[in-house]
Amino acid sequence: MTEATGRPHPGHARVPPWRDTRVRALALQVLVVGGVLLVLGALLANLLTEMGERRLTFDLGFLRTTAGFEIGEHVIEYSPRDSYGHALLVGALNTLLVAVLGVILATILGLIVGVARLSGNWLVNRVAFVYVELFRNTPLLVQLFILYFAVFLQLPPVRDSITLPGSVYLNQRGVFMPRPVTGESADAFLLALGVGAVIALVLWVVGSRRAAAGRPIPHATLLGLLALVGLPALAWLIAPTAPIVLEDPVVGRFNITGGLTFSSAFSALLLGLVLYTAAFIAEVVRGGIQAVSTGQREAARAIGLRDGQVLRLVVLPQALRVIVPPLTSQYLNLAKNSSLAIAIGYPDLFNVSTTVANQTGQPVAVIAFVMLIYLIMSLVTSLVMNLYNRTVRLRER
Amino acid sequence: MTDVLSTRPMDPPGAPRLPPPREERGIVGWLRHNLFRTWRDSIVSVVLLVIIGLVVVQLLEWALLSARWGVITQNLRLFLIGLYPADEAWRVWLSLTVVSVVAGAQAGTRGGYSRTIAVWLIAGQLTVAILALLSPMGPLVAAAIAANAGLTLVVQLATAKRPLPGRVLTIGWLVSLVATLVLLHGGAGIPVVRPDAWGGLLLTFMLASVSIVLSFPLGVALALGRRSRLPAIRLLATAFIEIVRGVPLVSILYLSSILLPLFLPGDLRIDQVVRAMGGMTLFTAAYLAENVRGGLQAVPRGQVEAAQAIGLSGVQIDRFIVLPQALRMTIPANVGLFISLLKDTTLVVIVSLLEILGIGRAVLAQAEWLGASFEVYAFIAIVFFVLSYSMAHASYRLEAALGVGRR
Repeated sequence: MTEATGRPHPGHARVPPWRDTRVRALALQVLVVGGVLLVLGALLANLLTEMGERRLTFDLGFLRTTAGFEIGEHVIEYSPRDSYGHALLVGALNTLLVAVLGVILATILGLIVGVARLSGNWLVNRVAFVYVELFRNTPLLVQLFILYFAVFLQLPPVRDSITLPGSVYLNQRGVFMPRPVTGESADAFLLALGVGAVIALVLWVVGSRRAAAGRPIPHATLLGLLALVGLPALAWLIAPTAPIVLEDPVVGRFNITGGLTFSSAFSALLLGLVLYTAAFIAEVVRGGIQAVSTGQREAARAIGLRDGQVLRLVVLPQALRVIVPPLTSQYLNLAKNSSLAIAIGYPDLFNVSTTVANQTGQPVAVIAFVMLIYLIMSLVTSLVMNLYNRTVRLRER
Repeated sequence: MTDVLSTRPMDPPGAPRLPPPREERGIVGWLRHNLFRTWRDSIVSVVLLVIIGLVVVQLLEWALLSARWGVITQNLRLFLIGLYPADEAWRVWLSLTVVSVVAGAQAGTRGGYSRTIAVWLIAGQLTVAILALLSPMGPLVAAAIAANAGLTLVVQLATAKRPLPGRVLTIGWLVSLVATLVLLHGGAGIPVVRPDAWGGLLLTFMLASVSIVLSFPLGVALALGRRSRLPAIRLLATAFIEIVRGVPLVSILYLSSILLPLFLPGDLRIDQVVRAMGGMTLFTAAYLAENVRGGLQAVPRGQVEAAQAIGLSGVQIDRFIVLPQALRMTIPANVGLFISLLKDTTLVVIVSLLEILGIGRAVLAQAEWLGASFEVYAFIAIVFFVLSYSMAHASYRLEAALGVGRR
C-alpha cells in the first residue's frame, strides 16, 4: 500500500517519472484525449470554413421559419405553413406511432410463433421454423421492398378496392377501415369506462396482495370483470343515442373518404417491421422457454395442471427472466429499423429530417438533433425495460 | 437396480414380447403421434395442411408459369458486379479464384465447419455458372466460374491429405482480401477502376468483408478501453459505443456519405463507396466491442491474477493471457455480427450506392422490366437467404467445435 500513497520506500531510489504507473496512466489519458480532440477540432475547423464559403452559419433559428413542404401523414395538425421545428415533431410522432404499434404487434406474434416452435404438433412446429428462418435470414429492407413495391402497390386502384368483411377496403393507397367516432352522450360513457377500469385495477392490486397473504377477496376476478365491462355496458344501454359509432369509409371514384386510413407506405413499414422483429422475438421466447428446466414442467403436470396452465402459471413467469433483456434489444432494433421508412417514403423522423436538412442548409445541426432524439428514445426504452426486468427477475436472498 | 426396472411384475414368466400395436408404428403411428394426437391437434393440422397446399400451389404456378425470370438472367452481369467495366470483369473472376483456393485449403485442413463453407462456395459458384450459361455473359465466363468451383474441390482434396499449418491459412485469408482489393482497384499497369464503379453482389461482399476486417482492431481496442482503469479512456470508449449503438445505421451512413465531405478539406475527395465502408466500419466496431467485452468478462479473474503473480505487465496480460481466451469465445457472436452486417449492406441503397438491391431497383426502372418487381426482389431475398443461412449453419458447427459454453 505504500506505493499507492506515493511515498518512496526507505532505502529505495526514487522511481523515475517514466516508470511511475500513475504518471504513465495520466500521460496516456492526456495523449488519447488530446488526439481525439485534435481530430475533432480539425474536422470542425474544416466544417466552419466550408460553411463560411457557402455563407452558412450555425443558427437554430431555422427551427422557427416556415417549412413550406407537405407531409403526407401526420398524427397532429400540420400544414406547409408550419415551422421546421413543427415538421420535425410531426416526423418524430410518426416514428413513435410505428415503433409503438410495431413493438406491441411484434411481441404478440413473436410470442405465438415462439410457443408454436415448441409445439408437439409437427406441422405447427415446422411452419413456425420456416417462418423464423425465412424472415431472419433475409434483409429487412428487401422485405420492405417486396411488401411495398410487389404487394401494396400491386393492389387494385381505388375504384376496384378489395372489400373485406366489416367495411375494410384494400387498395393501392393503403388500408381503409371504420373509425370509432364519439357520439353525443360519449362523455358519460367514457366516464363509466374510466370508473370501471379504476375499480377493476384497485380490486386486482388489493386482491392479489390479500391473496398472497392468504385472505383472498371472494370472486375478485368476477367483480373486477363486472366493473370493467358491466358499468360501461350499463351506460351504453341507458344512453339516449349510441355513445360511440363506427364511421365507415366511403368509396368514391378516385378516393376514399372518412374512416380510418393506413397508407400503403405505413402499412408496408409496420407489417415489415412486425414480421421481421417477430421472427427474432420468437427465437428469444423459445430460448427462454427452453431455459426453464423440464422438471418444472413435469412437476406442474404431476399436480394436475393442464397444458395451457402449465405454460401460463409455471413456464412463462420463469422464462420471462431470461426473455426480457434480449427482448429489450429487439425493441430497440425495431425502433431504429423504423428509419428504413425513408426507402419507401413514409414520413418518419429521419425522412422528414433529410428534407429539412436539404432545405435549410443546416444538415449538421439537423442530423445531430435527429441522432439525439433516437438516443433519447433508446435510453427511455432501456430504462422502462430495466424497470420491468426488476419486477420479473429472480429475487435471490 | 437394473433388475427392478427391467422386470415387469405383470408379465407372467415366459410370456412372449409383443411388438407395439399397429397404430403406434410406422407412418400411421408417426401421423397419430405428431399430427393427430388430440382432436384440437387434428383440426389445426388439417387447416394448416390446406393453407400450405394453397400457398405452395399458387407459388409454384407463379414461379413456373407466369414469372418472368428473364429479368435475372438478362441482367445477370449487373446483379453480380454492377457497373464494373465488362472488359475488366476477368479481374473479379480472378480474385474469386484466390478466395476459392484459400477456402478450399481451409476446408481440407480444418474439416468440420470449414467444409460447410467450401460446399456452399462450390454450390454457389456452380449455380452462378449455370445462370451465366443462360445469360448474355456466355459460356466462357460460365466455364471460368465453374473452374473456380472445381479448383476449390481440388485444393480441398489435396490439403486434406497434407494439412497446412494454421498460420498459413490466416495469412492466406488476409492476402486474399488484399489481393482482391488490389486486383479490383487496379493500378501499376492495369487500368484503375474506382470503387464507385463497383456494384452488385461484388459490392455487397466488399462492403461486408472490408468493414468486418477493419472494425476488428477498432472493436477490440474499444472493448479494452471500456474496461480500462483510466477514467478518460473508459469514458471516451463508452460514449462512442453507446452513441453508435443508440442511433440507426441509416443515420450513420447519411453522416458518412453526405455530411463527411463538409468536414473534410475541399481538395480531399474520397469515393462514396469508401466513405460508406468507413461508416459501416465504425458502426460494426461498436457492436463488435460489446461482443468482445462479453468475452473479456468471461475470462476467469484467476487468469489475470496468476499472470500478475508471475510478473507480466498489463499489456502482456492482455496480449498473451486475456485476449486469446476472450476472442476465441466471441467467434460465434462475431459470425452472427457478420451475418447481420451482410444483410445491413442493403441499407447503402438509401445513400444511392448500387449494391445488389440498388442494382435491382435500377433494373426495375428499365421500361422492359417494369412489372417484374416480385421476381427481382424474390431473387435478391433468395441470394441473401442462402448466404445467411449457410453461414449460420457453419457457425453452429463452429460453436460445437470450439466447445463454447462447455469448456
